[in-house]
Amino acid sequence: MDLPNVRRRGLKRTGVYAGLVLGALFAGLPVLWMALSSFKSNSEIFEYPPRLITDNFSLDAYTTILTDPAKLRFFLNSYVIGLSVVVLTLVVAIFAAYAFSRYDFPLKRVLNVVVISVQAVPPITLLIPYFGLMVTLGLYNTYPGLILTYLVFTLPYAIIMMTGYFNTLPKELDEAVKVDGAGPLTALWRILVPISVPGLVSVGLYTFMIAWNEFLFALTLTRTEDMRTVPIGIQLLMGQHSYEWNEMMAMSVLGCVPILLLFLFFQRFFIGGMSAGAVKI
Amino acid sequence: MSQLTLRPAETGDGGRDARRPGPRPGRLRRSLTPYLYLLPTVLLLVALMVLPIVMVIGYSLMDNVITTRNSESVGLDNYVEVVTDPVFHTAIRNTLYFTGVSVLAHLVLGLAFALLLNSAFVGRWAKALFRMIYVLPWLFTIAIVAVLWRLLLNPNGVVNYLLDVAGFIDGNVEWLADPDTALHAVTFINIWCGYPFFMISLLAGLQGIPKDLYEAARVDGASAVKQFWHVTIPQLKPIIISMALLDFIWTTQQFALIWMTTGGGPINVTEMLSTFTYKLAFSKYEFSMASTSAVIILVLSMVLAFFYVRHQRVRD
Repeated sequence: MDLPNVRRRGLKRTGVYAGLVLGALFAGLPVLWMALSSFKSNSEIFEYPPRLITDNFSLDAYTTILTDPAKLRFFLNSYVIGLSVVVLTLVVAIFAAYAFSRYDFPLKRVLNVVVISVQAVPPITLLIPYFGLMVTLGLYNTYPGLILTYLVFTLPYAIIMMTGYFNTLPKELDEAVKVDGAGPLTALWRILVPISVPGLVSVGLYTFMIAWNEFLFALTLTRTEDMRTVPIGIQLLMGQHSYEWNEMMAMSVLGCVPILLLFLFFQRFFIGGMSAGAVKI
Repeated sequence: MSQLTLRPAETGDGGRDARRPGPRPGRLRRSLTPYLYLLPTVLLLVALMVLPIVMVIGYSLMDNVITTRNSESVGLDNYVEVVTDPVFHTAIRNTLYFTGVSVLAHLVLGLAFALLLNSAFVGRWAKALFRMIYVLPWLFTIAIVAVLWRLLLNPNGVVNYLLDVAGFIDGNVEWLADPDTALHAVTFINIWCGYPFFMISLLAGLQGIPKDLYEAARVDGASAVKQFWHVTIPQLKPIIISMALLDFIWTTQQFALIWMTTGGGPINVTEMLSTFTYKLAFSKYEFSMASTSAVIILVLSMVLAFFYVRHQRVRD
C-alpha cells in the first residue's frame, strides 16, 4: 500500500472512532448522570457548577428505598405480574405457533393477518372498555386484571416470533416421532419445545420487558398503592410534596436493573429476537 | 403463507413434503387439531380485543356512559363534537409533528450508529462495548426516561449549565414548561430513547448484505458514497420501510412519556391524541367523548396497519 492510501485509511479510522465516541456520549451520558445522581444528597443535585461526583457520596437514597415496605411492594408487584405474563404468554403462544407452523387450514391466512394487525390496535382505544370490563368482572385493582391485559399485548408478537422459529426447524423432526406412534402433542413438547429454547428465551425476555415497562394500564386499572407497579411508583415519587431527586434516581436505577441484567446475560437472544422480529415478521 | 414457501428452501429438501399422509379415518380430527391449538389465543383475542372494540364503538354512540345508568343513543353527535374541538385539532397536529420527527430521527440515528458499528475498522470487543452503550436508552422504562430527562432539563439542571457555558443560551430555559420549547423537548426525549430499535434491526440487515455486491460496485469504480446509495440503501429498504411503519404506529400511541414530562401542557402545546383521550375519560369523566376519540384513533391506526400488513405480504 502506498503512503497516501495508508494515511487515508488512518483518517477514516479516526473518523469512525470519533463518531462512535460522540454517539456513546449522546446515549451514555444521561444514563451516567442518572446513576451518579442517585449517590448524591438531595441538596447537591442542582449544585452550581454541577459535578459528576459530589462530596457526600452516599448510599442513603438506596437505603431509604430498600427499607420502605411500600416501595419494595412496587417491585414485588412488577416481578409477580411480569413473570406470570411471561409464563402464560409462552404457553399460549407455543400452541398457536405450532398450529401456524405445522398445519394447513382454511382460516390460517385470516387468523395470521388478525394476529399481525391486532398489534396495531392502540392501547388507548382499549383502555375505556377495559376499565368497565375489569370493574364488572371484579378484576379492577388485582393482579389477574393486569396480567390478562398484558397478555393481549405480548401474545401477537410472541406467536409471530415462535412461528418463525418453528419454521426454521425441519418438519422431519416431529414427523419422525409421529411415525413412532406418538401424537402431535408429544412431538411438540418433547421435540420442538426443547430445541426451541433460544427462541423461547428471546420471546420471554421481550415479554417481560413489555410487562415491566407498561404504564397506561397499570395507571388506570389499579387504584391502591399496594397494587402499583414500578413505573407508577416512580411517578408517585414525583408527585409527592417535595422532589426527592436522589431517591427518584435510585428508584430508577433499581427499576432498570432487572432489564439491564437480563440484557447483559442474554444479549445474543435479545438482539436475535429483536432483529428476527423486525426482519421477518 | 410465507412459512410454507420459505421452509423447504431453508431446510434444503423441499421435495420430501410429498410424503404427507393421505386421507384416512382420523381426518376430521386432524383438520380440527389446529383450531384446538389456537383456541386459547382466539378466546383471549375475542374477550380482550374484539369485545372491547365493540364496546368502545357502542360507547361512542351513546351519551354519558359509565357515569350514569340510563344513557341513550345520540347517533354521531359525539363525533361531530370531537372533530370540531380545536384541542383535538391541536392534538392531531402535535401527534403528527412528534411522530414524524421522531421516526425520521430514529431512522437517521439508527442507520448512522449501525453503519459505525458495522465498519471494518471496529474490532469485535469495541463493537460489543459500543453496541451495549447505544442500546442503553432503549432498555429504560419510559417512566424512568421521563424522570431522568426532567432532571437533566430542569431549569437549574446540567443541560442548561452546559449550554450556558458553551454560549448557546443565556440564562435558564424551562425546556418542558415553556410553550415555545416543550414540544421540541419531548420529541427530543423520544428520539433519544427510541433509535436503538432501528439500529439493531439495521445492523442485522447490514450484516446480511452479500459482500460481492460491494465487490462488484468497487470493480465498477463506485465511491463509498455511491456504494451507500446504490447498494446499502436498496438492500435495507424493506427493513427500513417496515421499521418506519411500526415505529410510526407505536409513536402515535405514546402516552407515558408525555404524561410524565408535560402532561400535555403547557396550554396544550404537547397535547397528543393519547393524552387528549385519557384526559377526557379520567380527568373530565366524559367517557362517551373519550370513546369517540378512541375510535377515531383506532381507525387511523388501522389505516397504518393496513399498509404495514400489505408491505409484509409484498416482502414475503
